[in-house]
Amino acid sequence: MATAVTAGALLAGTAACSAPSEGDTASGAGDTLVVGIAQEPDTLNPLLGYGKDGNSKVFDGLLRHDADMELRPALAAELPEVGNGGRTYTYTLREGVTFSDGTPFDAEDVVFTYETILDEKTNNPSKGELDALADVTAEDDHTVVFELKYPYAAFAERTVLPIVSKEAFEGQDVNAGSHNTEPVGTGPYVLTGWSKGEKLVFEANPDYWGGAPKVRKLTMAIIKDDDIRATRLRSGELDAAILPPVLADTFAKDGREAGKRVIRAKTADFRAVTLPTANPVTGDRAVRRALDIAVDREAIVKSVLNGAGRAAYGPVPTDSPWFAKGTERRHDPERAKEILDEAGWKPGQDGVRRKDGRRAAFTLWYPSGDRLRQEHALAYAADAKKIGIDITVESGTWEVIEPRMEDDAVLSGGGSPADPDFDLYSLLHSSLALDGFNNMAAYDNPAVDRALEEGRRAGDRDDRAEAYATVQRELAENPGYTFLTHVDHVYVMDDAWEDITTQVEPHDHGFGTGPWWNVEDWRPKR
Amino acid sequence: MTSPTTTEPAPGAEAGTEKAPPRPVSVRGRGLPWAAMARLAARRALAAVPVLVAVTLGAFALAAASPFDPVRQYAGSAGLRASQDTLDQLRENLALDGPFTEQWWRWLTSALGGDLGWSVSLRQPVAQVIGERMGWSVLLCAIAFVLAVVLGTLLGVVAARRQGGWLDRCVTGAAYVLQAAPPFWLGLLAVWFFALHLGVLPAGGLTEFGEETVTAGSLARHLALPVGVLAVSQLPWFALYTRQGVADALREDPVRGARARGLRERTVLFGHALRSGLLPVLTLVGTRVPELITGALLVETVFSWPGIASATVRAATDSDFPLLAAVTVLATLAVLVGNLLADLLYVLADPRVDPEEM
Repeated sequence: MATAVTAGALLAGTAACSAPSEGDTASGAGDTLVVGIAQEPDTLNPLLGYGKDGNSKVFDGLLRHDADMELRPALAAELPEVGNGGRTYTYTLREGVTFSDGTPFDAEDVVFTYETILDEKTNNPSKGELDALADVTAEDDHTVVFELKYPYAAFAERTVLPIVSKEAFEGQDVNAGSHNTEPVGTGPYVLTGWSKGEKLVFEANPDYWGGAPKVRKLTMAIIKDDDIRATRLRSGELDAAILPPVLADTFAKDGREAGKRVIRAKTADFRAVTLPTANPVTGDRAVRRALDIAVDREAIVKSVLNGAGRAAYGPVPTDSPWFAKGTERRHDPERAKEILDEAGWKPGQDGVRRKDGRRAAFTLWYPSGDRLRQEHALAYAADAKKIGIDITVESGTWEVIEPRMEDDAVLSGGGSPADPDFDLYSLLHSSLALDGFNNMAAYDNPAVDRALEEGRRAGDRDDRAEAYATVQRELAENPGYTFLTHVDHVYVMDDAWEDITTQVEPHDHGFGTGPWWNVEDWRPKR
Repeated sequence: MTSPTTTEPAPGAEAGTEKAPPRPVSVRGRGLPWAAMARLAARRALAAVPVLVAVTLGAFALAAASPFDPVRQYAGSAGLRASQDTLDQLRENLALDGPFTEQWWRWLTSALGGDLGWSVSLRQPVAQVIGERMGWSVLLCAIAFVLAVVLGTLLGVVAARRQGGWLDRCVTGAAYVLQAAPPFWLGLLAVWFFALHLGVLPAGGLTEFGEETVTAGSLARHLALPVGVLAVSQLPWFALYTRQGVADALREDPVRGARARGLRERTVLFGHALRSGLLPVLTLVGTRVPELITGALLVETVFSWPGIASATVRAATDSDFPLLAAVTVLATLAVLVGNLLADLLYVLADPRVDPEEM
């Protein structure tokens, strides 16, 4: 008995001694990451829309975005060659890449992915993003050619969407098959478990073509409630989480000694008020211009966003290279009153202006339950009241709001940072007026339409920048939307890794965005 | 459907009562009216069919009347940028057009054929959703329910023993407070106290986030709070009913008789008073099942418990007709079975009750 114990102790001793010699490869701090997010992905099937903006962990696109949102090759060996006046995109593919089920990746997989998404039987709500695509063909095993319906300068930005294995989908229903929950990709991680409503567990793909990730295990915990997420982060169950600014601030105050850091990601995530063209009040250019300068954006950033955000003058963030300098608007309620006076909107008995017997009044909707939009809406209405415009703020589900969008204003949101075309075209082009939730204000400005089309057609970046500057200047002249803020996304995480960055984030966030957008490249701090 | 088409001979006769009377209703011998109880169960099963049909039709009608549009829910935030063409195509593909009666009929016919359909919101076959989640919900509810019944009954007896005493006041006071507290609020409170303040129990989920396999130890730790909260939210009813029942029974003749015969207080309390005082509690078992399900809905949501109840919430808000119909059937079945169980227990506990008349 005694000898057995001694032997055991000796064995334990050797084990303990041998552990450090293995050094950084042994499991230790920093090689697992548990992230708390609010939204669970509906599906992990790229054919149904998963990961279309990149950073899907399990998959790779032909291209990817780096920390500065510049395109870099991923499954493509290099950036595409653009020909035929911007209508043909040719990608040469990386060789020697295999899917996690062992099958090799080649041009057929790319063709299958794009063709299936465009198939009308495929239930992918984002398929409109590939609207420009006419045809995709495999020239040989490692060359894919995309033919477009019209020259489209932003097309390469769309090719970050994940590529699936054609073999894996053989004989499967694209919409209902097991690939919704059991993805097979080429990416840095492999899904090992998904307990719906609770968590997704990923393990590093040791054969990843970009090198095996140092963070070997990645868990995405789904916790809808902000307070509970903060609680579980504080109790150490989570290593990182997305939090509203107010909750994140509680970590900023007492978090430093606990080894937590607060990260604010800049975004293209805007909040704006649509000013419907069909409504005689909001369709009046004078009212639009007056509202545009009457609203105190800095005050909204300060009071509603707790400082976590910036004033917005259009969908393009003020620090984007695409932003047209000089289109910032100064908060000037006095000038707003003058504009209204000059246009014939005279103050009435009740403090609300009138013109030709019509009260300067309209309704502003926000989606019920969205507190951030509610507070934006109330602040906006308060500022409007000061210049004699009466806004009634109401809430409803999108189903309630949709039929009223033509006449009533909506506190809307959106933002796709990858290319200015994505937001500007769908928000402002007259051909998309009230098409689904595109161009909700039914904005109709021929000069803007022309510039938007030029921005798509022009291959040269400077020409495009000029076109989008025109759009932004026109929008300042006739603001069919009052853009209010760009909202920062706030994250709190353990300070255990080097060189943490964030990309400029889109409106939808949680899974592919956040500091963990490139978790495959993270290095534990020593 | 194993229930026998009952034959005429008097039930319970073979069980060995010497002077088997034609209707063994009022006789409390060794024999219990098993056949009569089986007939009761069979009758209830038959009656359940129209109930289930009506309930599923109602579920489809409610979902159709709800302001939520299933296509919008399916498309999610991508739907806010999709063109009208895309949305129309989705509606067609998902077979969501047509009046709800038509959808209901399509669902019913395929469900009877064994195909429960496909959950739009979870993008999984409904059978798989239920298969994956049912066990966790049953585990949670069963333990919580047993705990609530046992603890509630014990507390009720203790309180009834000295009515107006300090123990009685504590128990009834606490029971009224707990009964008024919504389960989700209790849940948040429990998370705050046990997970955050004391840090002794996990705040939710099935396993630690780092673990993948479910071990008994970690399962027990993760079960503790949700089971506790669910049990505590159900417990007051049982405590209060038992207290009342036992208190009444203590004033009745049999108890006085038992006391007069000099039986031990414990025998009097548990053997006589509790026995007759439990009758109202038995009916409560059946009627509390809906409450238990509602409680589970809230508790599973608060604790990220991967059960069927949290899928129900999702199905309801997403107008996920097939999943909603399936979980409604399950919930209805649970309520019907609960009621049947209560009635059967009643028959077992009280020989004066005639199962033929239920």
